[in-house]
Amino acid sequence: MKDLRAIAIFAGLMASVPLFVHSGVVLNLCMMALFATLLSQSWNILGGFGGQFSFGHALFFGMGAYTQGVFQIQFGLNPWLCLVLAMGSSAMLGLLVGGLSFRYGLKGSYFALITLAFAEVFRILALSANFTGAGVGLMLPLSESVGNMQFSSRVGFIWLMLFWVVCALLITSWLRRSRLGAYLQAVRDNEDAAQALGVDPFQVKWLACGLSAALMGVAGAFYLQVFQYIDPALAFGPHTSISALVGAIVGGMGTLWGPVLGAFALEILSELTRNLFGELPGINMVIYGALLILIMVFLPRGFAGIRWQGLQRDVKRTPSSGSIGVSASVKGLEERLQVGDALTSGAESQPKSDRSKVQT
Amino acid sequence: MFDLSIVFSSVLNGLTMGAVYTLIALGLTLIYGVLHIINFAHGAALMVALYGVYFLKVKLGIDPYLALPVVVPSMFVVGYFLQKVIINHASHGKDENILLVTLGISIVLENLALLLFNSDTRNIETSYTLSTVAVGPAMIAIPKLLSCLGALVVSLMLIVFMRTTDLGRAIRAVAKEKAGARLMGIDVEHVYAMCFGIGLSCLGAAACFLLPAFYVNPTVGNGFVLVAFTIVVLGGMGSFLGACVGGLLIGVIESVGGLFLGDSLGQVGIFVIFILVLLVRPQGLFGLKA
Amino acid sequence: MTLLQVKSLSHSFGGLKAVQGVSLSIQAGSLTALIGPNGAGKTTLFSLMSGFIKPDEGDIVFKGQTITGLAAFQCARLGLTRTFQIVQPFAAQTVRENICVGAYLNHPRLEDAMQLAEKVARQVGLSGVLDQAAAQLTVAGRKRLELARALATEPKLLLLDEVLAGLNPFEIQEMIPVIRGLVSAGVTVLMIEHVMQAVMSLAEYAWVLSQGQLIFEGTPANVSKDDKVIEAYLGQGMAQRMAQSVKGTDQ
Repeated sequence: MKDLRAIAIFAGLMASVPLFVHSGVVLNLCMMALFATLLSQSWNILGGFGGQFSFGHALFFGMGAYTQGVFQIQFGLNPWLCLVLAMGSSAMLGLLVGGLSFRYGLKGSYFALITLAFAEVFRILALSANFTGAGVGLMLPLSESVGNMQFSSRVGFIWLMLFWVVCALLITSWLRRSRLGAYLQAVRDNEDAAQALGVDPFQVKWLACGLSAALMGVAGAFYLQVFQYIDPALAFGPHTSISALVGAIVGGMGTLWGPVLGAFALEILSELTRNLFGELPGINMVIYGALLILIMVFLPRGFAGIRWQGLQRDVKRTPSSGSIGVSASVKGLEERLQVGDALTSGAESQPKSDRSKVQT
Repeated sequence: MFDLSIVFSSVLNGLTMGAVYTLIALGLTLIYGVLHIINFAHGAALMVALYGVYFLKVKLGIDPYLALPVVVPSMFVVGYFLQKVIINHASHGKDENILLVTLGISIVLENLALLLFNSDTRNIETSYTLSTVAVGPAMIAIPKLLSCLGALVVSLMLIVFMRTTDLGRAIRAVAKEKAGARLMGIDVEHVYAMCFGIGLSCLGAAACFLLPAFYVNPTVGNGFVLVAFTIVVLGGMGSFLGACVGGLLIGVIESVGGLFLGDSLGQVGIFVIFILVLLVRPQGLFGLKA
Repeated sequence: MTLLQVKSLSHSFGGLKAVQGVSLSIQAGSLTALIGPNGAGKTTLFSLMSGFIKPDEGDIVFKGQTITGLAAFQCARLGLTRTFQIVQPFAAQTVRENICVGAYLNHPRLEDAMQLAEKVARQVGLSGVLDQAAAQLTVAGRKRLELARALATEPKLLLLDEVLAGLNPFEIQEMIPVIRGLVSAGVTVLMIEHVMQAVMSLAEYAWVLSQGQLIFEGTPANVSKDDKVIEAYLGQGMAQRMAQSVKGTDQ
């Protein structure tokens, strides 16, 4: 299958980078790019495929990070076990928030707003509670070993992150050829039409939210392991939420490779900016914001969206009959679409077109 | 437990803040009611206005209240430009795109401010910053009192404007029936831009009233955005009356909540209300169906 | 056997009584029509029957089971589905993918769904455009897609809402055998239609709705002769005037 082959090639390439490249800067960039990719991929599941734009996706990131931290520090659990817990707790939070939001029929802007509100609530709670370290945050004691999920160089983290990115790619690929994925996209494109075909919109969106949140939780746990520190602003703040969505949108929502493209591009861009302008506070985000605006104005489907048709096509199909007839018959019929959908009575006549029959 | 006069003082404070909130919310609800845009950039725009007022005072010595004639029109121009040049071209017919564009604008504005002015929190000193006046058993800081009165006056002016002027009527026409308004010869794009401009000029006025009793830093917009949305959703999207009632209500809740729960948790209270309203009664108290 | 029974269905939108006390009964294997002037409440009735709107009063019984108040997707899963007056394709997807969404209902595996999608596409005449983006189809194409998608759910009862609207006479001529073919394939059809030639040639029975109420039912031939129906379409007193003018020409 084309998808799986491409994923395998990607995985192989990325995995071998640490073997041939030893520059700390490049390895760090690699790791951060993979991290950003996971953020965008998880947002993409709910936002790109599901059409539900979350503006507070950091909610699940922070949940994962704090779960990872609290269970390690307060309860002394093994980090690998904590990772599973982090994923689980984020998934449950995702199901809770998604369940509430979708049960009450929130969509579009209202959904975006409520995710923002939830993220803010959790930020303030983390800021106030003692077991999350309040304003000081949580610090992971240094203890390098594979068993402790702390690696002396970036290489270990790269492979760990790559594993999850590949998982996310596989999940996304599965969404593209499974019933759940088809239902999810149908609900995104037209909820009423989907309902008429037997799709339960709530169930589908709810599951997507949980799945998306779980991956986000993994990213959060990972962040803590790499930087050994988390605080409410990093965990639940807008920076993470924005990175997640800008990467997915710039790269191309609802596609397999869009988030990868977008995240990598943004990370490289950030690195370039850092080199050109130094550590200017906020310059990164200015660029992200500007890109978001530009993409929305000029290229709403993102970069992957340009070749969207090509990327989406990976399912084996039988050769369609009468293709010549089709191209002649559909040529030049765009103008009919303008008149199209508003017609409700049979009285209006269509402009005659020079087409042969569509049917063969 | 708490001395009644403290509670009264808290309520009064809440009302004065609430008046400014009302002004902010009016701009937001106007934009939503007419353009059906949820303007995520509202908080960032307020922050821009606040910086404007700040620098006018610090660099040119202009008192915030005297800066009104400068700040309000400037914000109007900013708003007009944003809508006409950027937002208008981003919709491509889909609401989600506008959502993202306003988000993008807010990100750019906030981080430009961070870049240019760094993250310090700044406030201004005026001759009347510390003076207070007695209202009943409570003492109100003069700046707060002035901001309250100012906000109420401007809000009233806005409401009168919408009802009596030609532009106001055009705006209401476009809000109700865009296609019909266009057929009547109303330039809808122009009205949209005017509307956005007016919405932002409300922020300009709010900034002038707010800064003497408040502060500014690049992220101050974030706090206001969610509060503004809470008010607008609570009051009802597109409802002026709702924005007024909601603003005052939220102001009081925030103040009294902060009194009993501490500042941070008081804020949580507001967001919880927001979430509850969104879930249970999204049309708010006075709203038309969103 | 009676496939669907609608009992005294009523629904109001605010003060507007959209549907008032409508009762009808659809036999399995029939091709019937729901007609009436614009604004009569036909589409509302469809929405009520298929679960998109919960009726204020009344009951709906499908295959012997009461389905009043069930959500639209639940009705679809039971075999009752509808198309939309204003076509609603999944614009971002191809024709094949669109139909697949319907096919998935009874065929969870991708390969099976794809197979059914292709079969259905052949049935309605869309084989040639399977890989086109749905957004690129003509009006006629979109109507067929609407039909194909619904068919792919393998429904027992299909409610077609003005599937011929917006088609030119040539396209209508092409669609009529497709619709007739549905019944021979085992699907019971109730269609809302304004195109009278189609109603006359296709439907074996018709219900006439006017201002939310059922004013007449019968074979198409009888329907066209009934006074109330004529008045509903042409205005009050028209039946009398028409009768008088006929008398006048007879003399």
